[in-house]
Amino acid sequence: MENRGLNKVDLIFEKVDPREVLTSAYKMKNNEIIQQVLESGLKGRGGAGFPTGLKWKYTAAVKEPEKYIVCNADEGEPGTFKDREILDRVAYKVYGGMAIAGKAIGAKTGIVYLRGEYRYLLPKLLKELESFHRLIKGIGYDFKIRYCMGSGAYICGEESALFESIEGGRGEPRNKPPYPTTSGVFNKPTSINNVETLVTAMAIIKHGPESYSHLGTKDSRGSKVFSISGDTPTPGIFELELGMSVQEFVDEFGDGDTKAVQVGGASGFCVPRKKFQVTIIGFEGVPTGGSMKLFNSSRSMYNVLHNYLDFFAEESCGQCTPCRVGCQQLLKGVEKVKKREVKSTYLNELLKLADTMKVASKCGLGQSVGNAFRTIVENFREEIIY
Amino acid sequence: MYQVGDLVKELSDKHGRTRESLMPILQGIVKRHNYLTDEAMVEVAKELDISAAEVYGTASFYTFLDTKVRGKYMIRVCKTITCSMKGKGEIIDTLEDMLKIKVGETTSDKQFSLIETNCIGWCHKAPAMLINDIPYTELTPEKVVEIIKGYMQSK
Repeated sequence: MENRGLNKVDLIFEKVDPREVLTSAYKMKNNEIIQQVLESGLKGRGGAGFPTGLKWKYTAAVKEPEKYIVCNADEGEPGTFKDREILDRVAYKVYGGMAIAGKAIGAKTGIVYLRGEYRYLLPKLLKELESFHRLIKGIGYDFKIRYCMGSGAYICGEESALFESIEGGRGEPRNKPPYPTTSGVFNKPTSINNVETLVTAMAIIKHGPESYSHLGTKDSRGSKVFSISGDTPTPGIFELELGMSVQEFVDEFGDGDTKAVQVGGASGFCVPRKKFQVTIIGFEGVPTGGSMKLFNSSRSMYNVLHNYLDFFAEESCGQCTPCRVGCQQLLKGVEKVKKREVKSTYLNELLKLADTMKVASKCGLGQSVGNAFRTIVENFREEIIY
Repeated sequence: MYQVGDLVKELSDKHGRTRESLMPILQGIVKRHNYLTDEAMVEVAKELDISAAEVYGTASFYTFLDTKVRGKYMIRVCKTITCSMKGKGEIIDTLEDMLKIKVGETTSDKQFSLIETNCIGWCHKAPAMLINDIPYTELTPEKVVEIIKGYMQSK
């Protein structure tokens, strides 16, 4: 496995002249923009990791006058706070990425879906948007961005639930296919991208795909912003090259007593100390939308698991049975094991339930509950039981 | 109970009368009146020419669109893992003591409501809470007392 070590990078928050980058993007052919993003190897930074260039290519290929760029700023994964920081510090680069994407796919409208928890940022973001609109109009872009506010629902970070929410409905995920690239918001072709992805795309246009793809590994190109919290002396936002091992990460950010790292938030994976060395942070190992939580030996992994399951039981939209009932049963199940109302082998039944949820749930929420459940139960079984 | 007719018209003029306008209108009512009454939802349904069930269906899905009586200051304390690990319990105890209410309740003068919420994106500065739109981070019981005193004086 390729290991790049821990290297700090400064692409996302780097100051750029938006006029310069947007002017050169404006002069490029649409497929040239898409080609550059494809060549860079950029994968979506929200967590799922779909190749951004492909998403744009598919959306561009649909012949339809009305298309949309949606910026997913419904950052709700526990432990993730990088998108808030990006919007707070470099919103103009988010808008810039949207304008470039809009040109590439042939969309004249961009929508930022901002989670309700970040509403305090809105007045400032709108002010910055105004001057951004003036800037791109001057260059020649025919593109407008508007905001839609969320109202406190984790599931709306799921792309089709987010569309439902923009349209004024309950944030319940849709069946796929059709995929957003052919039928997204208002049933029009839509490219929905994470905040950080859009900023990265702008950086790729500025620096060229070559220099970007030199960063990271074959499966995880480039760098990404990590949100680091938990038992660490240095919590916060760090942009790091992809392809480091969990051990290298812990050496830098741990408190000397790290027993586990939860990579990717509540829907991600728990890596125990004995696997730090062999686990790469990236799509070839444990993928993450940026959430990195460190736990030291004073923490009970039962409490961690219980907290996550409580989270999912509340945030499941309730539309499909495996997820609605599954989340609640997993939560009740671990409580019963802890209270010794059932034998510890009951955990095996719960693991089977988590597997069923993975295959039978309609969207990523239900499908990924089993990630944390399995990795915590398997690695910290005694903490769950005793 | 509050009167909402004029506000719904005002918000519909601003956001439009399509299905897409529903969320911003409901958010606007909550911003002004803290929660949604049945009357408010019926009024919105009439204005947008959709069924009241559709309005309730959307409203009830979102935790920030309360359909229960809520106070002028909505306190949401993050209960997700990092905030829990870093002292959320003490923050809740302090708030309950000060406001003389439990989690989920509203003070009798309808000034404060206290609830727990899921991750609000301030894990690196835990524990954290929101009061209406404003985040407060790196909380300690002492800090919470000061913050709430400030709100009590400004009411």
